[in-house]
Amino acid sequence: MYETNYHRAKDAADAAKKLRSSDDGMYLSGGMTLLPTMKQRLAAPSDLVDLTHIKDMNKISVTRKDVVIGATATHAEVASHAKLMKVCPSLCALASHIGDPHVRNRGTIGGSIANNDPAADYPSAMMALGATIITNKRKMKAEKFFTGMFDTALAEDEFVKAVSFTAPKRGAYSKFPNPASRYAMAGVYVADHGKGDVRVGVTGASQNGVYRAKDMEKALSKSFDAAALEGCNVDEGDMLSDIHGSSAYRANLVKVMAKRAVEAAAS
Amino acid sequence: MAKVEITVNGKATSANVEDRTLLVDYLRETRNLTGTHVGCDTSQCGACVVHVDGKAVKSCTMLAAQASGSDVKTIEGVAGNGALHPMQEAFHQNHGLQCGFCTPGMIMAGIDMVNRLGPKLDEATIRAELEGNICRCTGYHNIVKSIAAGAKEMGKGMKKAAQ
Repeated sequence: MYETNYHRAKDAADAAKKLRSSDDGMYLSGGMTLLPTMKQRLAAPSDLVDLTHIKDMNKISVTRKDVVIGATATHAEVASHAKLMKVCPSLCALASHIGDPHVRNRGTIGGSIANNDPAADYPSAMMALGATIITNKRKMKAEKFFTGMFDTALAEDEFVKAVSFTAPKRGAYSKFPNPASRYAMAGVYVADHGKGDVRVGVTGASQNGVYRAKDMEKALSKSFDAAALEGCNVDEGDMLSDIHGSSAYRANLVKVMAKRAVEAAAS
Repeated sequence: MAKVEITVNGKATSANVEDRTLLVDYLRETRNLTGTHVGCDTSQCGACVVHVDGKAVKSCTMLAAQASGSDVKTIEGVAGNGALHPMQEAFHQNHGLQCGFCTPGMIMAGIDMVNRLGPKLDEATIRAELEGNICRCTGYHNIVKSIAAGAKEMGKGMKKAAQ
């Protein structure tokens, strides 16, 4: 790891101030991606501004079906939150399968979505849940926030403070983990918000990072049944192709995961 | 340089270290606690697992500066009063190791499992919970047996403490 300067932010304003006064600083949350990347010298921020000591930024609140999850809530905290489990168990299940127990104790939801790894689990949930991403500057819908592989709408000194959404009537996430890395080769989050509003978020598979599968949404809004997905075509041309799987394989995997998610949500 | 103040195995410690110092390097090199191992150095193998404020973390993927103000427990801190911790004893009795390199992390992960999930752990749970700990010798069978036995013993201790 190259040299860096570590700073602990007291509050949101202090964090932005510290970042702006650095040469080439980065915000640090759980560090489960950033630190390994720095160790490999693929990232070399001059400064790290630690967000995890900002008071109450890890709070999870559930009021009836309205959920707000603070950015520094760890995957373990999301996975085991009793009230969240009642209204949106599919998100708890998703969090409980990220990485491993030790990673889940450090990794955070804010860090995951700000990094927008094409194989990260949370971005698909944010899309399917119609989540609003709350930063230190503004609020925006998930679709506006995720702008492509490893890319978000966040400005240099902007960071995620929380995410909010209304829990769906039913939902499920199904992923096919890479047998070695356990990252999603394809992960599909299906959420039925009622009144024909069904959203499908897909991660792991596309060259452009997370996306909403609009044709699947249309089919499922008419009939929330795995069979309704038969007629949907996943465009092979948009899919990743690497040593882990060809684009054709991934296109098929997206459909299979979507079907499994619908079956799980409907049961 | 960063001034870090970390309670390690119940003892207050402090030092000036480079900001980029990893927690595992602080433990091994500054504190000479070499029980915590570095296996892969890429956050996968779990040989470096320690407890930070009661939670199992990979100390190769945390800066010492991030842990400043925290309570850290390492493998050197689990035994007490001249006796092995029940989880250590279980690894001994069940031959839960061959070369022993991964063992400190396995034991810290095993204790964390019991702390989170209670002393009754079935085989499937233990295997799933070992996702972040890699052993290249044993094929895991005896590690799983060891954790089940250690958990049971820890359960007895919890019962006694409750009485």
